[in-house]
Amino acid sequence: MIELLFWPALVAYGEAAVAYAGEARRPGTFAQPAIWGVRLGWLAQTALLVVQAARADGFPWSTWAGALNLFVWLVVSAYLVWGCRPRFGLLGLAVMPVAAVLFGLAYLGGGIGERGDEPGALLALHVVLMLGAFAGLTLAAGLAALYLWHERRLKRREAKILRLRVPPLEALERLTGRTVAVSLAVLSGGIVLGLASFAVDGGGFDAAMAITFCAWAVYSGAVAARLHGRRLARATLLGFVIVMIVLPITHFA
Amino acid sequence: MKLELVGVSHHRTPVEVRERVAFDPAGAARLAHELVGDGGEAVVLSTCNRTEVYAVGADAELPFREAGVEAVAYRLHDEAAALHLFRVAAGLDSMVPGEGEILGQVRQAYETGAPGPLLDRAFRQALHVGKKVRTQTAIAESPASIAAAAAALAQQVFGDLNGRRVVLIGAGKVSGQAARNLTSRGAEIAVVAGRALTAEPEALAQELAAADVVVSSTSSPGFVLSPGQIPPRKGRPLFLIDLAVPRDLDPAIHELDDCYLYDVDDLEAVVAESLAGRRAEVPRAEAMVAAEAEKFREWQASLGVVPAIASLRARAEEIRAEELARVSRRLSDEERAAVESATAQIVNKLLHLPIVRLKEAAVTADGVIYAETVRHLFGLGEEEQ
Repeated sequence: MIELLFWPALVAYGEAAVAYAGEARRPGTFAQPAIWGVRLGWLAQTALLVVQAARADGFPWSTWAGALNLFVWLVVSAYLVWGCRPRFGLLGLAVMPVAAVLFGLAYLGGGIGERGDEPGALLALHVVLMLGAFAGLTLAAGLAALYLWHERRLKRREAKILRLRVPPLEALERLTGRTVAVSLAVLSGGIVLGLASFAVDGGGFDAAMAITFCAWAVYSGAVAARLHGRRLARATLLGFVIVMIVLPITHFA
Repeated sequence: MKLELVGVSHHRTPVEVRERVAFDPAGAARLAHELVGDGGEAVVLSTCNRTEVYAVGADAELPFREAGVEAVAYRLHDEAAALHLFRVAAGLDSMVPGEGEILGQVRQAYETGAPGPLLDRAFRQALHVGKKVRTQTAIAESPASIAAAAAALAQQVFGDLNGRRVVLIGAGKVSGQAARNLTSRGAEIAVVAGRALTAEPEALAQELAAADVVVSSTSSPGFVLSPGQIPPRKGRPLFLIDLAVPRDLDPAIHELDDCYLYDVDDLEAVVAESLAGRRAEVPRAEAMVAAEAEKFREWQASLGVVPAIASLRARAEEIRAEELARVSRRLSDEERAAVESATAQIVNKLLHLPIVRLKEAAVTADGVIYAETVRHLFGLGEEEQ
């Protein structure tokens, strides 16, 4: 049953990724197939997660592969909420190939199985909040990268600047700021729950926690300093690098 | 019914000749009605690039003959004329492919002209395909002028221009066009700064601090705005358009954070690229227009069998009515109604397939033969002879 849901979701995500690539080459041609790929893939993955949750004895996403599965769903959900529109096609091109590859990795790592464990409600909620925050921050990083790229095109006065449909600079900045703010709130909640769980279950302070605090500090600093424009985009990307590269390495090593 | 087109356009006819047959909208409408007289159809399309007379059963040559330009006029008939009209409406015959103004001019010519059944159909289809080409291809998406490019670039920064403040420095013709393009997209002209304002740095700084877009076009020999005069933007982008030669705005402004300065050369490069993009869409647009012309041809061909179909129906109805009259005296009201209904059904069912086939054949070369065969087999029109 789960396999039956996994493959349509992966195919739809893959189709969306390819369609977004086609849309970047020939604007206005593949936008609809791309968006429908995202929508159908998300529906199939949502059903997959529901089946996992219903059949597993405990929390089915506590392994790294399971967490990756949930993370992909959260990223695609955030993308659907914020920017699944033709004008945000380039954001889709940044998000969907990554989502498809990570979803495939989650499958290979056994993350779509029915096995679960009993991590406790506090820890389970902590995992969900952390993954939700990371998904939001991934989207924010995509928006920030798009902002920097678009801003550079404007600064370089590229003659072809009107050929591609890109969201306006101000919209990209606004969306990046909002996504970071919302994700930071979720991340803060996740950290608080993690600390609470830590206090209950005990355990040592590890590198993953230290780096999570670093990421939190970067994002908090950006929000507190009310950074905007290029500075906000760069801070968002820095935070993303810490979260998405350093954290998994230390966490899964 | 034969559709005729006689016209002159910018492709082959210089403006000195075109102006001899140019009409304002009211004149074009008057001419169309004069050409029609007691019968026929006529629509006169007159723009700065073309004057074309579309006519059915009217003398389309008349205005060109009177102006002495008949030698340079082109003449097209039926499908070719319709195809030309569709290309015109789609902006494919314009200097800038896909330009939008022509569609409104075609609509006006149609609404104020004297169309009958054929021109009505042709112009409705032209307006339909004109709109379709612009919505389903990117031919009209990119700007075709410096002024439009400036507004489109401002939208790349701000998105919606609603309520955005524009400061105009100098008031040249091109800056006026740019301002019109910006205001048509929702921006507001905050101030038109002349020499008086540029001479007062504090007042200018105040205006610039609140501005989102600056359009400059003065005849000043040097820069009227330098980086030091731009107040800190604090994250609010400022889009500057320098339309003057020599330039008004110091290029160093572009190096400031949140400031984007485009001069005439930059805008011209954007327009050139946009036009290339429009041209790349032309094949798709041509395919749409050709498909529409084919539909028109099929419709026009079907008109050839309409009289035969009408005669056939009339003949069948006549026979039915005669036979019904013969027996109706012997029938009660109820029986008469039943027989009437049954015979009507029989006639309809018998004629249905032949009529469908006749309509199908009408769009092919066999249409005329089929129509003649039906006339011959059923003796249609023999009574009149």
